[in-house]
Amino acid sequence: MKSHVIVFPGSNCDRDVAVAIERISGSAPEMIWHKNTSIAESDLIVVPGGFSYGDYLRCGAIASTSPIINEVVKKAKAGVPVIGICNGFQILIETSLLDGALIRNNSLSFICKDIYIKPENTSSIFTKNNVVAKMPIAHNEGNYFATSDTIKKINDNDQVAFRYCDANGLINEGSNPNGSIDNIAGILNDNKNVLGLMPHPERAVELGLGSDDGKYIFEGVLK
Amino acid sequence: MLAKIHITLKKDVLDPQGKVIANSLSDLGFDGIQSVRQGKYIEIILDGDDKNAATTKLNQMCEKLLANLVIEDYSVEID
Repeated sequence: MKSHVIVFPGSNCDRDVAVAIERISGSAPEMIWHKNTSIAESDLIVVPGGFSYGDYLRCGAIASTSPIINEVVKKAKAGVPVIGICNGFQILIETSLLDGALIRNNSLSFICKDIYIKPENTSSIFTKNNVVAKMPIAHNEGNYFATSDTIKKINDNDQVAFRYCDANGLINEGSNPNGSIDNIAGILNDNKNVLGLMPHPERAVELGLGSDDGKYIFEGVLK
Repeated sequence: MLAKIHITLKKDVLDPQGKVIANSLSDLGFDGIQSVRQGKYIEIILDGDDKNAATTKLNQMCEKLLANLVIEDYSVEID
């Protein structure tokens, strides 16, 4: 099991991801500084959360031009599983590996709280456990937006990975924390090997910290 | 040459900041505000004096980095 975590200036969830991966798979990932231009053979690449480049210009925009990104895109297109979490999701969107955009939360507030997400289907290695999972969100720009054509495309093509829901798995307006269209919390690329999501599964791998449901997202890839 | 670039959210993208600004302006007593949209203004100073070549280059900059065309429109003006 070989995994890699990309580290940008301003990443702050990289070590949490490393701990989560090691806990679930038994082997620690290799950390890859963004100035590198190659990644060895990999079973999973994670683009972690944080505030890469201080969120200058747009969240994820500057990181998406980093030297390592060409390699991440190349590996993703070759079928290597890639997960972008929070700022990592914003970065993958800016690379065009994933569709749509992440705009300011409709409340205009930074939101940091536990939420529930429900897999839309079991079409990907990230969603095959198919359970309602509790984990935290912590973001200011997590409001998923896409044109109606794109929304139709990702719905028709089973590219919605997760939607925000309540504890019973009910998807409704009350369980939408940030104004995302159709409660979308995470999406997949065409081939279903690239996942971007705003919630933080790596912050939910220990019951003592509130939830270990984050394992459901990693297990499909790491086990 | 001085290039002035305006980046604005597309019309069909919700602009919560613009709405809050509109509300605050109304609270201050400024009436007759139909809507407020907030955007970005970027200045770039370029070598040379070929405005056509510069416009092409600036459009590329906007499309590759400065604007996110899923949610934003841009306009380029050269002084």
